[in-house]
Amino acid sequence: MTKTITIDGNAIPFEDGQTIMDAATAAGVYIPHLCHHPEYTPHGSCKLCTVRVNGRVCSACTFPAAEGQDVLNNTKDLNDDRQKITQMLFVEGNHFCPSCEKTGNCQLQAVAYYLNMLDDHFPHFYAHREMDASHHDVLIDHNRCIFCTLCVRASQQKDGKDVFAISGRGINKHLIVNSKSGQLKDTDLEASDQAAHICPTGAILIKRTGYTVPIGERIYDHKQIDEVSLASEAEDHG
Amino acid sequence: MQQFIQNLAEKNQHQVTHLLEILREIQARYHHIPADAIEQLALLLKIPRTQIISVVEFYSFFTDSPRGQYELLISDSITDHMLGKKNLMEYIVSKLKVGVGGVRSDGLVSLDNTSCSGMCDQGPAGLVNGHALTHLDRSRIDTIAELINQQIPLADWPAEFFQVDDNIHKPGLLLSQGIVHGQALKKAMARGLKATLQEIDQSGLRGRGGAGFKTAMKWQFCSEEAENERYVVCNADEGEPGTFKDRVLLNSYAHQVFEGMTLCAAIIGAKQGFLYLRGEYLHLVDKLQSVLDERRQFGLLGNNILDRLDFDIEIRLGAGAYICGEESALIESLEGKAGIPRNRPPYPVSQGYLGKPTVVNNVETFYAAAAIAVNGGDWFASVGTAKSKGSKILSICGDCARPGIYEYPFGTTMQKILTDCGAEDVLGLQIGGPSGTFISNQEFDRKLAFEDLATGGSFIVFNNSRNILDIAHNFTHFFAHESCGFCTPCRVGTSLLRQQLDKIVDGHGSAGDVVALEELCQLVKTHSHCGLGQTAANPVLTTLERYPELYQSQLKLISYEPGFDLDAALETARRMANRDDAGAHLAQTDAE
Repeated sequence: MTKTITIDGNAIPFEDGQTIMDAATAAGVYIPHLCHHPEYTPHGSCKLCTVRVNGRVCSACTFPAAEGQDVLNNTKDLNDDRQKITQMLFVEGNHFCPSCEKTGNCQLQAVAYYLNMLDDHFPHFYAHREMDASHHDVLIDHNRCIFCTLCVRASQQKDGKDVFAISGRGINKHLIVNSKSGQLKDTDLEASDQAAHICPTGAILIKRTGYTVPIGERIYDHKQIDEVSLASEAEDHG
Repeated sequence: MQQFIQNLAEKNQHQVTHLLEILREIQARYHHIPADAIEQLALLLKIPRTQIISVVEFYSFFTDSPRGQYELLISDSITDHMLGKKNLMEYIVSKLKVGVGGVRSDGLVSLDNTSCSGMCDQGPAGLVNGHALTHLDRSRIDTIAELINQQIPLADWPAEFFQVDDNIHKPGLLLSQGIVHGQALKKAMARGLKATLQEIDQSGLRGRGGAGFKTAMKWQFCSEEAENERYVVCNADEGEPGTFKDRVLLNSYAHQVFEGMTLCAAIIGAKQGFLYLRGEYLHLVDKLQSVLDERRQFGLLGNNILDRLDFDIEIRLGAGAYICGEESALIESLEGKAGIPRNRPPYPVSQGYLGKPTVVNNVETFYAAAAIAVNGGDWFASVGTAKSKGSKILSICGDCARPGIYEYPFGTTMQKILTDCGAEDVLGLQIGGPSGTFISNQEFDRKLAFEDLATGGSFIVFNNSRNILDIAHNFTHFFAHESCGFCTPCRVGTSLLRQQLDKIVDGHGSAGDVVALEELCQLVKTHSHCGLGQTAANPVLTTLERYPELYQSQLKLISYEPGFDLDAALETARRMANRDDAGAHLAQTDAE
């Protein structure tokens, strides 16, 4: 007898140890997310995957699925709030999509499209953020970092290194790299590292590859993020 | 420096869990954490340097650039402001010739604000090199300026500058009747540990930090975990502005608090306990260490306690982070990391310190548990209301004749408390600190109880000369400063909330701005990861609910006001062009 939870009225099977996100993705139900990636320990910080479990607000990526859960996911209220949380990420950093080489391949931008975000709503912080172009093959543009820690986790869990970390407190959070100089060139990061490719935004980019795929032919130029995400992640969760 | 850091690492057995203690000593000696020290420590502790940097940058008491040899911090609690902090700060700036946030050019003194230092009944308060200063006034500042200029060591400063009083005005069920050292443990052993846990259950004791989880249930859950290694943690990170009762309990009743911890250890089967003491209470450390030594001598701590139990307690200091009062953030901090609340489940009772089952309770909870072990559950449960048993120790401050410590049975009305502390002409009360509730003078028949007005101990009185918006402003800035930054709604939301409230308070708000403020409040409250974010909007929400007209009256009579001052934004251009004529100015709107 398979165990099930209910998401938006539909019965979704799950196995012990799965989170709500795991169960949903395996069953082809998209829950918006940015800091979550099925190959890494869930983080639960971006709060886009917020769902209501029997009325209680929970992060789907960290909350264990359990019998008797009635989960609300794709509702107007939740999507409205998710849109505002996305807007918060936009005003916190400096995201100029038209001039960003990640445009069309950017998950932040794609989630914003999915949630029908048409403006920034909140006043911009105009934060002063630096760039680190010191590394031969990899560039950091701190303007676009959303502190999802995917690069931190990928470096530790996949590359067996410790290149990245998040430092600072509150609104002063920032990405730091593990070198005495504080520069990326002095770390042991290589362009082939998973950590150099995992960034959901344009904060970590591989140099000299930005426009190999022209704008208009990029991932989210033709497909919504729910479709792309489920196609690539369903297997990992299954 | 190399030798100093090497010795420090050895003294701490190269344990990463002791990172905060190590950094505290480096900061105390060098008045910052030098980059070379981080490099050396990373090698000695075998951790990435980024782990150390992230700790340095997280805690307010660590700095990466040099502060003064005398690091002076002035408490920024609303109660300090009510005692004239703003004027005093201006005086300090002129007297010490150093700006707020700055270091004087001779490197002798630095000045900054710090979140509530827990001396609200004896402010304005501050810290110098971590040591608490009370009753600051102009004459004390004059003396302090002299002492600093002559580079007199803190040990030779007048002792009364550092004097911290208990100010216990109304002892109740617990404070009026202490226990004999060891009595709770002896009774518990004689009665049986299971039966003692039952007494605590019977007492109805709920966590005194504010959340109010049933203590017996927490201990029960922890004891049922399969692991052999378990921990007891006493949460003395009393950071909620307006709260100082744990400081008094630890100053005068530490034996009973430690006895409560030892009792918990016996019941859940723990061998090691920690007192996580907020860094602001550095002045208590020596005294607390001697109490621990005494207990070891009495055979009430250490190996073979009453021939039954091995348990010891270590004191760990925080370093200026309100969030570490949240139990999972506290555990992270104990492990030598930034205080970022964990995802739950798993809860600390199953996976806490070093992933092992851990009970985290407030100082007052352990203090009460020890008394219950002696006097029985019914003794405690006979006092209070149906849902809130026993008594609550309050730290009362603000506009009242007798600020200090008061203990009341749950169910006591606000009016009774206000009369006792000598409060007159009252505008309202902040119950439970900034994360709690503001109530107006129409609600003083309400009761102290988990089911009505719950508080971890903070009770701030405001008289009619106070401005509600100043209060909301101070609290909202506090949360933005203390947000750990882990989750989007709190990290960005508390800063947006600060901006939006400032816009209204500064008179730049227009028709839609109060609605936008409220909408933002709901978003931060609903979606934040932990209690900090979930309560960060309370100062605005609870005052907006009671005084909507006050917020509305701040708004301009135009439909929309931009979030910035157009004319002020031109100042740089005017300066560069050396112009100040009418043509170099812009009106904010056509209406003006």
